[in-house]
Amino acid sequence: MKKLLIALMTTTAALSLAASAEAADKLKACWVYTGPIGDFGYSYQHDQGRLEVEKALGDKVETAYLENVSEGPDADRAFERLAREGCKLIFGTSFGFMDAEVKVAKKFPKVMFEHATGYKTGDNLGIYNARFYEGRYVLGQIAAKESKSGVAGYIVSFPIPEVVMGINSFMLGAQSINPNFKAKIVWVNSWFDPGKEADAAKALFDQGADIIVQHTDSTAALQVAEERKLHGFGQSSDMIKFAPNAQLTSLTDEWGPYYISRVQAAIDGTWKPDNVWLGIKDGAVKLAPYTNMPDDVKAMAEATGKKIAGGWNPFTGPIAKQDGSAWLKDGEVADDGTLLGMNFYVKGVDDKLPQ
Amino acid sequence: MDITVNILLTIATAATPLLIAAIGELVVERSGVLNLGVEGMMIMGAVGGFGAGYLTGSPWIGLLAAIAMGALFSLLFAVMTLSLATNQVATGLSLTLLGLGLSGMIGTSFVGQPGVRLPNLDIPGLSSIPVVGKLLFGQDPVFYISIVLTAAVMWFLFKTRTGLTLRSIGDSHTSAHALGIKVIRYRYLAVIFGGACAGLAGGHLSLVYTPQWVENMTAGRGWIALALVVFASWRPWRVLAGAYIFGAVWIGQLHAQAFGIPVPSQMLSSLPYLATVVVLVLISRNKRLTMMNTPASLGQPFVPDR
Repeated sequence: MKKLLIALMTTTAALSLAASAEAADKLKACWVYTGPIGDFGYSYQHDQGRLEVEKALGDKVETAYLENVSEGPDADRAFERLAREGCKLIFGTSFGFMDAEVKVAKKFPKVMFEHATGYKTGDNLGIYNARFYEGRYVLGQIAAKESKSGVAGYIVSFPIPEVVMGINSFMLGAQSINPNFKAKIVWVNSWFDPGKEADAAKALFDQGADIIVQHTDSTAALQVAEERKLHGFGQSSDMIKFAPNAQLTSLTDEWGPYYISRVQAAIDGTWKPDNVWLGIKDGAVKLAPYTNMPDDVKAMAEATGKKIAGGWNPFTGPIAKQDGSAWLKDGEVADDGTLLGMNFYVKGVDDKLPQ
Repeated sequence: MDITVNILLTIATAATPLLIAAIGELVVERSGVLNLGVEGMMIMGAVGGFGAGYLTGSPWIGLLAAIAMGALFSLLFAVMTLSLATNQVATGLSLTLLGLGLSGMIGTSFVGQPGVRLPNLDIPGLSSIPVVGKLLFGQDPVFYISIVLTAAVMWFLFKTRTGLTLRSIGDSHTSAHALGIKVIRYRYLAVIFGGACAGLAGGHLSLVYTPQWVENMTAGRGWIALALVVFASWRPWRVLAGAYIFGAVWIGQLHAQAFGIPVPSQMLSSLPYLATVVVLVLISRNKRLTMMNTPASLGQPFVPDR
């Protein structure tokens, strides 16, 4: 009991300290994360962005964050608390915060809100997102070049558009190199269960895959690849330390530049709600240094990255849907609305989409 | 053949932490105490094990630290429920919540750092025998500990006088007290043993299974261990069977997906839980035996001289 009390007391003390340190002339920018910042994945990368803001804007800004906020009624309270505590600009970083933010934004018209990966906007609520599928196309090309068995193992979390879009883009990239390339897909039904991700990686390798791709957050799958002397791609952050001989590259999220520009705009008084979908060209989607691959593959990956940064969209026709029916005509580019609601596979994916 | 061996090895790795945590909790519950804090003690073991291994560079020190951390953390539960006679359910739940939060705080600086891995057993000659070599002589040390531990607990509970005393306390602490048995002392030791086991299970996660530290990395395994104890109707060998059935179906469903079996993945994901429950219910159909095995004073606080 004593321990618990001491822990409680120190937390309260820390909180009140943080509150008293608040200076009136500073802009207070706040973040809400759905995971722990110690996940070394999605929420971790958002928090790295927050730290970059602190570093770049120094004493013009004061930041705060709430982590482990569950998506649902809890989120309402989190946003409201931050707004009441004097946050002037609030970033909600998870899709599931959408309705909570819309509601709280209406209640606090003077506070600026931004929401990541959603689609609802308001007078004081902007949205932002990153085109991770651009990077996944490059991963697909590298996988097709580097795989000896012609089969990749793909570990995925939940069948939401973001994930489906990633699988499609990866396969389009891979099959642009090797039309017979296959991916074995395993749904682990969790964003975060290192043990299960490791088990899935082992199962995929045992069944003949020799490259692992993931749309889950932990380093577990890459560590299995390292142990088995095979290869794989990192996710969200650069995981090279965990798999120095296995990581080919890592698809990383870089929110820092965006956050800095938005907080700066808020300080200058030029902030307006916006709707941006950032990609490789904006520096929000980055591929970690290419490692463990020959120079020609590296050159190809860099060239594709440049092409995408130059404005080319991986979802450019002709592309057929999985059942063979036409989707995009030759030269036709998928519109953002279709991509954001993607619930079908393209031709060549060897899996049944869970509905 | 290789694939079968690999699958069996993967199953053993998945089942080991469940088995160890469940065996520990079984002893605790046999003494009549219900500790719902397994998840919390496990994650404390995971962070302690990773931290000590990372700082000293020795996975063995890490493993010892994991055990110590789990035991120390369970002591908190023991003081509350045994000496202060608080409600065991509420205290256990808060132990889990506290563990999840505290471990995150302790582990802040370990995030994103590669840790150390406990090496697999490698006996020259024996480990390289085809098929059985790897299964019998080439696994991680914790796997062997888990098997020995299960056998030892089985022997202790049913073949020793102390084990009999422990079970009698679990069935009726007032009678045991009347006979002059030191109920609280026994329970303290049982709870600490359970904590040490949960800590070891956590250490297996962060030093063998997935050598890394991330918050919430136990991902509910403590709860599965708790459920296993109940479904196994407090029999050690059934806990072993349950952990391995769970592990087998857990790994099997991943293989089924990779193989391309057209069953919805959500359905497959729920199979391990379903299969374990069904099998354990089937093997414990005998109502009389099950009732005999259930510690009668489970979860009731004991306050002598009231």
